Amino acid sequence: MLTDWQFIALFVVLSPIFPAMPVIINHLLGPKKPNPIKQQTYECGIETVGDSWVQFKVQYYIYALVFVIFDIEAVFLFPIAAAYDQLGLFAVGAAVLFIFLLGDGLAYAWGRGVLEWV
Amino acid sequence: MSFNLVEFLKSLVSLTVFDYVRQVWGDTPGVEIVLDIIGVLVVSTFCLLIVIFLIWLERKVIARIQDRIGPNRVGGRYGLLQTVADVLKLLTKEDITPAGADKVAYNLAPLTIVMAALLMWAVMPFAPGVIGVDLNVGVFYVMAVSSVSVVSLLLAGWGSNNKYALLGAFRSVAQLVSYEVPMILSLLIPILLARSMSTEQIIAAQDVPFIIMAPLSALIFFISALAETGRTPFDLLEAESEIVAGFHVEYGGMKFGMFFLAEFVSTLFMSGLFATLYLGGYRFFGLENLVIGDMEIGRLLGLIVFFVKMFTIYFIFIWIRGTLPRVRVDQLLNFNWKFLVPVTLVLILVVAILDKLAGGAGIWTRTVVQLVGNGVVGLVALELMRRAARRYRREQEAMVMTRRELASAPAEVTVSSH
Amino acid sequence: MVEQIVFILVSLFTLITAVVVVTNRNLFHAALALMASFLGVAGLYVLLDAGFLAAAQLLVYIGAISILIIFAIMLTRRLMHALESPFNSQWGLGAFTAVVAFAVMAGVIAQFWPVTPDSVTPLASRPEVSASILRGSVAELGRALVSSDAYVIPFEIASVLLLAALIGAIVVAWPKAEDE
Repeated sequence: MLTDWQFIALFVVLSPIFPAMPVIINHLLGPKKPNPIKQQTYECGIETVGDSWVQFKVQYYIYALVFVIFDIEAVFLFPIAAAYDQLGLFAVGAAVLFIFLLGDGLAYAWGRGVLEWV
Repeated sequence: MSFNLVEFLKSLVSLTVFDYVRQVWGDTPGVEIVLDIIGVLVVSTFCLLIVIFLIWLERKVIARIQDRIGPNRVGGRYGLLQTVADVLKLLTKEDITPAGADKVAYNLAPLTIVMAALLMWAVMPFAPGVIGVDLNVGVFYVMAVSSVSVVSLLLAGWGSNNKYALLGAFRSVAQLVSYEVPMILSLLIPILLARSMSTEQIIAAQDVPFIIMAPLSALIFFISALAETGRTPFDLLEAESEIVAGFHVEYGGMKFGMFFLAEFVSTLFMSGLFATLYLGGYRFFGLENLVIGDMEIGRLLGLIVFFVKMFTIYFIFIWIRGTLPRVRVDQLLNFNWKFLVPVTLVLILVVAILDKLAGGAGIWTRTVVQLVGNGVVGLVALELMRRAARRYRREQEAMVMTRRELASAPAEVTVSSH
Repeated sequence: MVEQIVFILVSLFTLITAVVVVTNRNLFHAALALMASFLGVAGLYVLLDAGFLAAAQLLVYIGAISILIIFAIMLTRRLMHALESPFNSQWGLGAFTAVVAFAVMAGVIAQFWPVTPDSVTPLASRPEVSASILRGSVAELGRALVSSDAYVIPFEIASVLLLAALIGAIVVAWPKAEDE
C-alpha cells in the first residue's frame, strides 16, 4: 500500500521542477532593466491610490463556509458510496437522513437570501 | 532473464516496458523507485508538451468556428510552430516583480498551480496497466489535489499587491469553491455505481458506460468542469475582451505562462477524467485486451481509444467556447447554488434508492431503471427552471417599465447604479 | 529504515512550519505556514497507510478550511502593513497548556520506552497489515459510518453539527431580516 503512495511522494518532490525550469530560464534570458514606473502595479494606467486592502463583502465568507460544509459532507459520503453494496436498508436510511439534514442547511441559507448575489 | 534489445523495443511498443524491466532486473525496491521516477518524468513531460499542441488546436478550431483562418505563418501553412514561437517569446520577456509585492506568495503561486495540475495525472489510467498509480481512493485524491489549486489563486492575488488582482482572486475563489460542490457530489454517482473510488475499477465496472447509466451526473460533472477550469461560458474572471486578466494581471513572462499552462493541463485532465468515469476510459468492446501472436497490442490500442475519447471531450470544450456567450457573476452563482447543487443532491438520493431496489437485477435492467430515474429528475428540474426563468423575466420587465416611467417624468431623473 | 527517515523528515517539516505559524508576524504568511503544516500532517497519514484520511486532510483542511481562514483574515484585518504581535493577553495560559499536553504525551511514550525494533512493546514496529485489507479499508470505513453496531450515531450528530455551524454563521454574519 505504502508503495502506492511512493509514486505520489516522488511526484510531489519532482513536480516543482517542471514549472520552475521555464521560470528560471526566463529569468536568465530576459532583459533586466527595472525602473520605478515599470514596476508600478497595473491598475488601468491610473496611479495606485491607497493600499490594496479593500473591504470585501461578507458574502465571500458565507460562500466559503457553505462550501466547507458540503465538502465535509462529501468526505463522509465518498466511503459510503464505495461500500454501497454492503449496506442494508437501515444504512441507506442513515445516509439519506444525512443528506436531508444538509439539504436543510442549504434551504435555510436560500430562504434567508444568503445565496443572493447583490 | 538477460537484456535483449529486440524484446525491449517490442515491450516499448506494446507499452509493457515496465513489466519487462521488472523481469530483467528483478522486482526490487530500488528498481521500483527508478521506474516511479521515470513514470513521473514521462507523465509530466507529456502534460507539458501536449499543451503546445492544445493551444494550437484551440486557436485553430476557434478561428474556424469564427470563420477565420487562425495561425498560418509560423511553421508552414497550418501554423504548426506558432505556439513554439510564443513560448520562445515568453522565455525572453523581462521578469518583472511589481513594487510592494509579497515575494514569497508572488513567486510561489505559479509553481503550486502547475504542481496541482500535474499531480492530478498520477491516477489517470491511459491504457490497461498504464497508470501512474492505481490508488484505492483515486477519484477522491483527484478532488483533493484540484482543491489545492484554489489556494494558488489567493497566493497570486494577494502577492501582487494590486486591488484588481486581489478582487479577481476573490471572485475566482468564490466561483471555484462554489462549483466544486456539484462536481464532488456528481462524482459520487459513478463511485456509487462502481462501488469503488479507484479509477481502474471504475473503468472495469463500466460494462455499460456510465454516460448511459448516469447521464445527468455526467452533464453536471461536465458543466462544473467547465466552471472549475474557468472556461467559457464561465470565464468571466479573466474575460479577456472586457476587463484586465483578473488574479494574474501582474504576472508577465513565463510566470504568466505557468497560469496559462496549468489551465490547459487541467482542462485536458478534466476531459480525460470525463472519458474515464463516463465513457469507459480505454475500453472499447474488448479491443484493449487484444493479443496478436506474442505481442500484447491491446495496451497500445487502449491508449489510442482513450486519446480519441479524451480529445473528443476536449473538442467539445473548445466548441462550447466558440459558441456560448459569457454569463454574469450573479447568474453564475445562482445557477450553481439554486439549481446545480439541489438537483445533484436529489439525483444522489434517487440513484442510491433505485440502485438498492434494482441491485439484484441484471445490468440492462439496472441501466433502464437508472435511465428512467435520471430522466424524471432531469425533466422535473428543467420544468422548475423554466418556471423560475419565466418569473425572473416578468420581474425584469416590470423593473424596466417602472424605470421608463421614471425617465419620462421630466422633473426627477433617477439613474440606478450598477 | 527508509520509512523512519521519511517519517522524521515529514515530522520535522510539520513541526517547523507549525512553529512558523505561531511566530510569524505577517498573518498571511502564518496562514501559508499553517497550510504547509496541514500538508505535513497529510504526509503522516500516508505513512500510517491511511490514504483516505490523507486525501480528506488535503481536501478539507487545505482546500476548504485554509480558504476560510484567509477569507476571515482578509475580511477583518488591514493586512498590507499591519504586523501582528504573536503574543496576546493569554499567552501565559497557552504556554501552560502546551507544557501540560507535552508532559502527558511524553509520559505516555516513556511507558513504552525504549522503542527498539527488537523489543515487544506496541510501538516497536509497524504491525503488518495485508494489502487486501488496506484496499478494502475505505469501503470498511463507509460501512462503519452507517452501521447500527458502529458509528451511525456520531455520523448523524456530525451532520447536525455541520447544520448548526452553517445556520450559526449565517445568523452571526448576515444582516438581520428587517435591515434588508
